[in-house]
Formats: sequence, C-alpha cells, structure tokens
Amino acid sequence: MYKEYTILTHADYENGIKERKLLGLKCRACTRITCPPMPVCQWCGSRDLERTELSGEGELITFTVIRVPPEGFEAEVPYIPCLVRTKEGPSVVGRLDHDAERATQDLLGKPVKLNGSFTKGDKFSGGPHTCPVFGVRE
Amino acid sequence: MREVAIIGIGHTKFGIASKTLIELFSEAALQATDDANIDPKQIEALFQGAALPGFEEGQVMPAAFSAADLNLGPIPATRCEGACASASVAIRDAAMWVGAGAYDLVLAGGVEKASTMGVSFATRTFAMACHASTEGPAGLTFPGVFAMAARVYARKYGIPLEKLREQMAYVSVKNHRHGALNPLAHFYKKYGALKIEEVLNSRLVADPLTLMDCCPFSDGASALVLCAAEVARKYTDDPVYILGTGQGSGTPLSKMEDLTKPVSRIRSARAAFKQADLSPEDIDMVEIHDCFTIAELIALESIGFFTWGEAAEATATGQTDLGGKIPVNMSGGLIGKGHPIGATGASQIYWLVKQMRGEAPNGNQINPVPEYGMTDTLGGDFGTLCHIILGRSKR
Ligand SMILES: [Zn+2]
Repeated sequence: MYKEYTILTHADYENGIKERKLLGLKCRACTRITCPPMPVCQWCGSRDLERTELSGEGELITFTVIRVPPEGFEAEVPYIPCLVRTKEGPSVVGRLDHDAERATQDLLGKPVKLNGSFTKGDKFSGGPHTCPVFGVRE
Repeated sequence: MREVAIIGIGHTKFGIASKTLIELFSEAALQATDDANIDPKQIEALFQGAALPGFEEGQVMPAAFSAADLNLGPIPATRCEGACASASVAIRDAAMWVGAGAYDLVLAGGVEKASTMGVSFATRTFAMACHASTEGPAGLTFPGVFAMAARVYARKYGIPLEKLREQMAYVSVKNHRHGALNPLAHFYKKYGALKIEEVLNSRLVADPLTLMDCCPFSDGASALVLCAAEVARKYTDDPVYILGTGQGSGTPLSKMEDLTKPVSRIRSARAAFKQADLSPEDIDMVEIHDCFTIAELIALESIGFFTWGEAAEATATGQTDLGGKIPVNMSGGLIGKGHPIGATGASQIYWLVKQMRGEAPNGNQINPVPEYGMTDTLGGDFGTLCHIILGRSKR
C-alpha cells in the first residue's frame, strides 16, 4: 500500500483558516507545535505528529505596507503583510486588518488575533491560496 | 580538492538592453575567453545562472543555447537557479567540478533580462522566490520582506525608525556614488551626488523602504573562465584564486527565528571562511547583496564584519566606504550598478577581480590593491545564500 507521509496537508490548513481555525501539528517527541504544516516537526524533525488547533492568538513581530504591488494585486493597495508569532510558538505569515495610514512602528509587539482569511490566486499560483488575517487586540 | 583560479572575466553594460539574453551572455563570455587568452572551444563545461528567463523571453534551458551560440560544441551546459543568487551558485558548482578534477577549463556566470518584464510583472515574478503557498496570498514582495526586516532591526536595537531610515539611506548614497563612477553600471553618472533627504523623500515602495532604498530591475550578463590553479599561469600572469566558498539554504519566512540573523547566510559565510582559513578581519573588500539598503546592514553583521546591531551606525560614519574598516560595494553594488538577478553573483566576482588587478574605476579602486575579497549573494527571502572568497595568492 502507498504510504501517506502528510498528516495535515496545506489544503487542510487553508480550509481551517477559512473557518477561522489555525490548524497545526503537535510533536509527540518534543511537545512543540508546527504551523504552517510540514511532514516533519519544524523544531526537531520528528515524524511523530498529531493534528492540533492553535488559539489563533499571538504577537505582531513585524509588518509592512505594500505601496508598489505585484501584477494582479493593484486593487488591494495599500495592504499590510505581517508576521505573527503565535502563543503556541511557531510564526505565520498573513495580512493585518488595520488602517494602512495608521500602521506605525508602535504596532510591533502588540497582541493580535486571527479574525479572518484572505484568498488569492493567479495563473501562476496553481490555484488560489488562503492566508490568515489578523486584527490588533486593543 | 584541487585549487581553482579565475583567469578571464567579462561583463556587459548593465541597464536596459535590446539584445536577447543569449546574446548578452555570449558577449560577456567572449570577453572572458578573450581576457583568458583561450579559444572558446577549449571550454569543457558551462554553468549559467538565470533566474526568470522563461518569463522574460519565453526561454527556459538558456544554458544549452548559450553553449550553441558560442559554438562550444555538445559540452554539458547547466542552468543554475537560486533566484538572485543564481550566478554565485553556478560559479560555486563550476569551482567544485574543476576542484574535483572533472574539468580543467570551464565557463561560469549568469544572465538576466529583468527590465523586459516591467515593474509590475517583475515584482510578481521576483516574488515567486518567496514561499508561494504561505507568502503568496499575503501579497509579499521582495521590498516588502526587507521592509519587515528593517522594522524588526529598529525595534530589536532600540533605534527610532526615522533614525534607522537615515542610516539606511547612507547605504544608498554610498553605493550610488560608486555606481556613478562605474561605466558598466545601470546608474553610471546618474546619482553620484545623491543626498540623504532624497532617499528619505523618494516614493514609498514598502513602508519604510523608498524607491531609493531599492535596487533597479536590470538587464545584463557576466561570465568568468575558471581553471585548475596548477595550470592558471599557462594562460595569465595575474590569476585570482577561489580560496573558499559557502552555500546555505533558508526556510519560508514563517520558520525563520529572526529576520535580522538569517541562519542561511551565517552558515554559508562561515563555511567560506573555514575553507579559506580566513576570518572577516582578513578581508580587504566585499561585494554585498544590497538588493535593499537594510539588506547590506543585515549582511555585514551576519558575515561578521560588525557585531549585531552595529552595522547601521558604522555605515553612517563611513566605516564601509573607501578608507573605512571594510570597503563595501565599491562597484556600486546592486543599488548603483544594477541587478540583473541571474548575473549578479558573477558581476560581484568580476569587480573583485578588477580591484585585485588594480583596474577598478578611479574613485572606486582600493589602495593598495586588495589581497583578499569576498562576495555575498542572496536569493529569495534568505532562501539561497552563497559566499565566495578570492585571493591574489594560492591558499
Ligand atoms: Zn518535535
């Protein structure tokens, strides 16, 4: 029989985000969390993994406001890609739901929470992909 | 491993080219074989960096057609792809094959026609070197990634963002000043008198990076003839030796521990120093991958020229210019010289060799002629890193 190595596919992960759930993998070897999913633990490389759901809460590590977009993203400008470190440990890339004109350096370190999803695809992307959208918790 | 020497170098004018990418590469290649005083037919293999030729001219597999265009015969010709580090990966692999004894004489380099894509489509295709499934829908761009890194740098070292922007602007001013003196540079005679305020006040691309914090989309090619060091003096009186190389791979952005301390770059640089049996203090000049101003600062610290958090202030006080602790990007770097991505690593080597021959443009030449030089080339958002250390004498 063909052996399946992927415990949580990227499609599963994206479908979770669409339902406002941040899915990941818990490692039985080192107890740490892998997210977005990989076939092995992102910390120790173990394959002894089980599905888990993260809280969707974290800290804003950094962001930028895109003013010059790639082809196909013109209508969205200005938008804010961000990097969030989740409460559970791993970081995720997503978008920040925030007024671009008021997105300043003092946002760094603020608590954020998953509050939606953003789906985008073009003829190069192999179909649409979905990323998490985070909101700042005041 | 045998030692490897560079005996010939070639470099087209960087900027906007009307020639095809095959023609551009051939031009650089023939300059290099002429410089080495060899007949191109003596070349045993070709290693060519090219990142996005399929999107630029609908041309994949350009290496084979380059070999054909140069009438090299049916020799092995391999395209190497590591985004903006493609040429450095090609040169490193070429050096490995020569070092291993498989070939004595090879051609290595790279080519790109990035300008043909235009800003919007080029921004899209460059972003393909980000992790597509997670960073694609977020709409990340390369300036975006480095803008994010700049914010982390400012917070980590307690630098007000406006102050860091000013320190970053010194990178642009310095590199444009040297690029303006380089006749093969994209911005030759263009921004030699650029002012800090002009960098700060140019158009925002990805907050806090402005247009003048960014390198341009360029066309161009550069090529080198590599040969076994033991026979190098048969061809030239002034071979330059490859003393050490390193390569490292990164992760999607989400798996990086710290955007200002890319492990891929630290590992790659250390491997190159180890092989060369040298340390950062020994290096007389470096060509760094300054795709964005902040990128030069992060690189300087990751390689070990400055301790963590010190490169910004050191740059603002002239420590990376002529006469400073370590002259950085005396060719103009990517910002002043231009960035035909698949060619950049070879161009960096070209300008180190020119420096070592004492043939760099007036105002860019380091005196005395440098003994050791290093290149730092980055592909993607820290996905592929490559370092090459050159010396005027064998190890
Ligand atoms: Zn683990």
